[in-house]
Amino acid sequence: MAAHLKKRVYEEFTKVVQQQHEDLSTKKLRLTKPSKSAALHVDLCKATSPADALQYLLQFARKPVEVESVEGVVRILLEHYYKESDASVRLKIASLLGLLSKTAGFSPDCIMDDAINTLQNEKSHQVLAQLLDTLLVIGTKLPENLSVRMRLVEVACKHLTDSSHGVRNKCLQLIGCLGPVEKGVAKEAESQAAKDVQKIIGDHFNDQDPRVRTAAIKAMLQLHERGLKLQQAIYSQACKLLADDYEQVRSAAVQLIWVLSQLYPESIVPIPSSNEEIRLVDDAFGKICHMVSDGSWVVRVQAAKLLGSMQQVSSHFLEQTLDKKLMSDLRRKRTAHERAKELYSSGEFSSGRKWGDDAPKEEIDTGAVNLIESGACGAFVHGLEDEMYEVRIAAVEALCMLAQSSPSFAEKCLDFLVDMFNDEIEEVRLQSIHTMRKISNNITLREDQLDTVLAVLEDSSRDIREALHELLCCTNVSTKEGIHLALVELLKNLTKYPTDRESIWKCLKFLGSRHPTLVLPLVPELLSTHPFFDTPEPDMDDPAYIAVLVLIFNAAKSCPTMPALFSDHTFRHYAYLRDSLSHLVPPLRLPGRKLVSSAVSPSITPHEDPSQQFLHQSLERVYNFQHLDPRGIQELLEFTIRDLQRLGELQSELAGMADFSATYLQCQLLLIKALQEKLWNVAAPLYLKQNALASAAAKQILEETYKMEFMYSGVESRQVVIIHHMRLQAKALQLIVTARTTRGVEPLFGMCEKFLQEVDSFQRYFISELPHMQGSFVDKLLDLMPRLVTSKPSEVVKILQTTLRQSTFLHLPLPEQIHRATANIIEPTGESDNPLRFTSGLVVALDVDATLEHVQDPQGTVKVQVLYPDGQAQLIHPKPADFRNPGPERHRLITQVYLSHTAWTEPCQIEVRLLLAYNSNRSKASTRVPKSTWSESLEALPPSENGIEGTIPFSKPVKVYIMPKPARR
Amino acid sequence: MPEIKVTPLGAGQDVGRSCILVSIAGKNVMLDCGMHMGYNDDRRFPDFSYITQNGRLTDFLDCVIISHFHLDHCGALPYFSEMVGYDGPIYMTHPTKAICPILLEDYRKITVDKKGETNFFTSQMIKDCMKKVVAVHLHQTVQVDEELEIKAYYAGHVLGAAMFQIKVGCESVVYTGDYNMTPDRHLGAAWIDKCRPDLLITESTYATTIRDSKRCRERDFLKKVHETVERGGKVLIPVFALGRAQELCILLETFWERMNLKAPIYFSTGLTEKANHYYKLFITWTNQKIRKTFVQRNMFEFKHIKAFDRAFADNPGPMVVFATPGMLHAGQSLQIFRKWAGNEKNMVIMPGYCVQGTVGHKILSGQRKLEMEGRQILEVKMQVEYMSFSAHADAKGIMQLIRQAEPRNVLLVHGEAKKMEFLKQKIEQEFHVSCFMPANGETTTILTNPCIPVDISLGLLKRETAIGPLPDAKKPKLMHGTLLMKDNSFRQVSPEQALKELGLAEHQLRFTCRVHIQDPRKEHETGLRVYNHLKGILKDYSVQHLPDGSITVESILIQATAHSEDQGTKVLLVSWTYQDEELGSYLTSLLKKGLPQST
Repeated sequence: MAAHLKKRVYEEFTKVVQQQHEDLSTKKLRLTKPSKSAALHVDLCKATSPADALQYLLQFARKPVEVESVEGVVRILLEHYYKESDASVRLKIASLLGLLSKTAGFSPDCIMDDAINTLQNEKSHQVLAQLLDTLLVIGTKLPENLSVRMRLVEVACKHLTDSSHGVRNKCLQLIGCLGPVEKGVAKEAESQAAKDVQKIIGDHFNDQDPRVRTAAIKAMLQLHERGLKLQQAIYSQACKLLADDYEQVRSAAVQLIWVLSQLYPESIVPIPSSNEEIRLVDDAFGKICHMVSDGSWVVRVQAAKLLGSMQQVSSHFLEQTLDKKLMSDLRRKRTAHERAKELYSSGEFSSGRKWGDDAPKEEIDTGAVNLIESGACGAFVHGLEDEMYEVRIAAVEALCMLAQSSPSFAEKCLDFLVDMFNDEIEEVRLQSIHTMRKISNNITLREDQLDTVLAVLEDSSRDIREALHELLCCTNVSTKEGIHLALVELLKNLTKYPTDRESIWKCLKFLGSRHPTLVLPLVPELLSTHPFFDTPEPDMDDPAYIAVLVLIFNAAKSCPTMPALFSDHTFRHYAYLRDSLSHLVPPLRLPGRKLVSSAVSPSITPHEDPSQQFLHQSLERVYNFQHLDPRGIQELLEFTIRDLQRLGELQSELAGMADFSATYLQCQLLLIKALQEKLWNVAAPLYLKQNALASAAAKQILEETYKMEFMYSGVESRQVVIIHHMRLQAKALQLIVTARTTRGVEPLFGMCEKFLQEVDSFQRYFISELPHMQGSFVDKLLDLMPRLVTSKPSEVVKILQTTLRQSTFLHLPLPEQIHRATANIIEPTGESDNPLRFTSGLVVALDVDATLEHVQDPQGTVKVQVLYPDGQAQLIHPKPADFRNPGPERHRLITQVYLSHTAWTEPCQIEVRLLLAYNSNRSKASTRVPKSTWSESLEALPPSENGIEGTIPFSKPVKVYIMPKPARR
Repeated sequence: MPEIKVTPLGAGQDVGRSCILVSIAGKNVMLDCGMHMGYNDDRRFPDFSYITQNGRLTDFLDCVIISHFHLDHCGALPYFSEMVGYDGPIYMTHPTKAICPILLEDYRKITVDKKGETNFFTSQMIKDCMKKVVAVHLHQTVQVDEELEIKAYYAGHVLGAAMFQIKVGCESVVYTGDYNMTPDRHLGAAWIDKCRPDLLITESTYATTIRDSKRCRERDFLKKVHETVERGGKVLIPVFALGRAQELCILLETFWERMNLKAPIYFSTGLTEKANHYYKLFITWTNQKIRKTFVQRNMFEFKHIKAFDRAFADNPGPMVVFATPGMLHAGQSLQIFRKWAGNEKNMVIMPGYCVQGTVGHKILSGQRKLEMEGRQILEVKMQVEYMSFSAHADAKGIMQLIRQAEPRNVLLVHGEAKKMEFLKQKIEQEFHVSCFMPANGETTTILTNPCIPVDISLGLLKRETAIGPLPDAKKPKLMHGTLLMKDNSFRQVSPEQALKELGLAEHQLRFTCRVHIQDPRKEHETGLRVYNHLKGILKDYSVQHLPDGSITVESILIQATAHSEDQGTKVLLVSWTYQDEELGSYLTSLLKKGLPQST
């Protein structure tokens, strides 16, 4: 806010003064930049002490260096390197060498020999390590050059015997990143050292320094990532490392074991101290499970995470992870879970009142009890009870992944997941609810479990409740009591938190449609009907009653006998709800109620087809009759657009498609209209005012194309081409209009050039799509390109005008799934009459709660705009953490917007809306252009010339009443 | 052979009166100084006369370490230090130091004021005793004297509970005190690094128990409380002032917060309130959740829990009350119980063990009609629930700790003999370490094999490492040098330096050996043959033929002379210094085999 206010101040004080260009100078001065290398050389020579030299180098490092001068700079640096006696300066030089070789577009093979040479006489270990790092950078910049890589690996192998851990670390890293991966290559390369990188790295698993051991394991993992198949022999080595004293080593070793278990799941390993053998993946699973009770939580998190992805493990191993034999005074005891299950199966309600009903029963043989199992026993039991919530979350995630792949395991882990609903940390609770939702197809909740689940409905956190509603949407409940319980708890929830209304209704909708047979016996009770007496008609506006009806109607959809139980007013209410809450109440076939059944379209399934057909037909019509006379086309377009828009309103599934095509047709319509203006036929100067329509049209088309490109999800490259094509046409139109209306040619030069550039970049981006665009504007334009480049602006304009008129209308193919991004601000509601009062100059926080649908990457694109009555607009970027993702393609923005203003005399309304920011650079088209991998390391990337940033409003504005009061003195 | 001696004065095959004497490398340390809850006579305190019959204990003990503030671990402290007499340092953690005197004072009040005992320590003695206490931080290495150092590790159990590592030179002992390996609502889990002590002295209260997940217990507890409150009933939870009370408070507080409940929660004033104050202060000793959130809000600043007033018990509507004492035998909890017992909507939850004879024990065993004083019959209609919340490690936890610390020996205390037997067998079987379980007064001796650090001069180290293959720190390496034991320290120095320091002259020791060889040729020819022969075999050594006909291999001199009597026999004189013994003897054996037949 402060920054924003400051900006305002600056805006008031800065005035833009436009200078008239005196561009008549015919002579051009060409300035050559002073050579960087020379300057550096001078600086370094001037340096009297190492500290001085270091300062110069530090200053130098802050500025980017152009590609052309890199080599020169490197030479200078190397020269100084040899002269320098101070290790810290040499270190800086070495690091600079690395930085410089990262420069995009610079090929470092020319400096490689020098860099290797510097290693020879270096005594300082730190400098040596830095130099190796530089070599690593060089090596990664030249991934193709095999001999270079081999040489570097050889150099690294030579320095592996260094006494400093830092140097050995870097060597291993280098070998890991550059070591030969392909089998055949290793043979070709004659060098002794590079023959078996795995062995070299493996030898350092036993290094004395833990950091080097870690580096060795990491290097091994790096090799694996680069595609080298690790040898199975490493497995036993890695297992030993699991008992290392240092946590980094153990953590890396766990990863290595996991990698090996994925590579050789089926091979057989012996169990030490017995003759048995088991599958490697099982053995690894057991070992990683063991690490879940490691002393370091970093390792525990790592281990718990990896467990989730070991899906090949045999089921009895898997089930052991949930096993924990309880005992009390050497007698076997049943776990609470087992007791609950037993109570459930015996049909008895849990009394829980007896003291000692958990009393231990049978005696255990002391010899048979294994207190520390080497296997997977109880790994998840431990993980879920861990002290650190990071471990617990990781364990829950792992549980989720394993349960998704194994239904029997899902059934078993249910009890534990339900327990996690009571964790002390909200994140863990939320995570376990989500997990449960994900595995819900595999499970059916028992009544006692449901009870625990439902208890969470009273949670004060909205996220938890909503996650739970989502979970209930897709759970299977086993008994009618369960349904009743769920309904009762949901209604309780509703009275406690009325804002959850929508979410609860939705939840009941699914609950009803999933369990029609269980709902059926409950209907009389729920509707409180009586066989003899008429009961009073419930209040139609009561959200609780609506909730009950939603449940019943959705169950009735697949249970035709149910409507017989309804009373008269229920039918009336049905008709009302079907209209008012059509997304929650399904169409029902109700016998004897003609009124109702006629209101609903007769059948459900073929329902979609006609409208889809209609959509396609109307689009067909437009594309086919494009050779009609202009007036006809215009009318046809207008009608079709109207039809499509109406269709979009009626049919939510087709809304995206209909809107998308309607927008496209709208653009075309505007284009046609603009081209039919009279102004084209008349001499330019006379019609200065008349062009308003044409230029407005051009502007609007541009806007619409941005909307089409960025507001719809599921847009494919085929559509993007056509959108860009339309935009190109609009730009051409703009150019023509400007040419027509402005006097003089000077401004046109720039515009023409820019336009031609755009045509050019269009061609570059969409070269593959051009064959599909026969007869289009751009097709014709490209044919004329040689002529255009050489001709004068006025000619260009003429050519453009004719091509624009002659070009055909491109058929817009519809993608499979296309959805328009929508946003709905739930809060603030805009209904409040009470102004939000605050002292002027201070800030007030306004809670904004909105649902976003079909928005890709909302964190990057969605902004909140606040519009003050004085026309001042403020743009707020919500934090990434403010976005929740409750379901696919759906997001929820819960954020706070800070408002501030100077004092007003009376309350006034501000507007809050959501905007979708876009940047044409980030468009789907440009992602195809290969980006240089090092580009992010260099801050000075010039923004490309056609990067247009803008925003599209995509929610209805909400008005908030505010009143900044003057501060009291 | 150096040894560690351990003698439990209390808690040997027993629970209560923890007091263990450890003597390690000439240092005597006393671990804990507790009282026994079961006795009211002399047996309630450890028998300090075992240490010395007369005279002050200070001369015999180097330090005393208290693991946590429970009375069975610190109850005898004022008696020990003030009445028996000990002036040395007493170590405990900061929270223990803060809370310990409160409990001691409470204990003193009950014994002296209520039971009317005399000859008991006074308030002043408690204060004097606490002045001798040195507080330590977690993971802080405290030097008791030049050799003895101690270090505290987190132990869970109660606020401020710690495990202590006692270290003298390379020998070390870890004493766990009471600890908990599973975290609870307010404390974290015990943790220790891989310190590989010679001896681990661990508690074994639950040696034969493996417990169920605490989540089920918590959930049951909360569900019961919640249901009763929703019905409009009142819930009474009798607790002891410290430890579990705070855990349950946090549990209920967070639950109330989460579920947005409005019913009031009270806890009885007095001790609990004071204790809560300390819990608020020592946030760093609590678990992750409390530590992370205390910036926004200190979890012990309860929003829903208020101080209890006697009058509140008669208020209508639901409420939850924590009241002391925990066994319903007297005081506030009993008063409230009598008021509420008649209503079946109410509930009493016993969160811990109850001694036989108390009201708590009676109602737990299902008695519904209680005879109160004044021949009153109290009919108990309220629901009675039992929930066990215990903060000791179970068998699995103990094993887990042993696995973490990797000790060479284990010693079990603080548990029942029969249960220890089982655990002992398990430990020996799984970890292959020896395990002991001495009874009170029984001394266990453990032999140690300590390593002795020796200083080496850098020059010598560099010189020695330069010889031979590259250093591999994982393997022991043989080094030549002189071991100098001087001023109670060990140093390895080069022989020259040792001579210089000790002011001794160097003696040369030379071996000579004659080898007879049958060779009819001339002396110098024999010499040449020997030279060629040696040159061929000893490729890595510098073999030289000197102008005077003698041969040198490195520094070994070989001369060939003709035998005075038999010209056909040549005598080879081999001479070497003591340092070249290895090469010299090799050469002689080589020469004794004779020269190869020349062609």
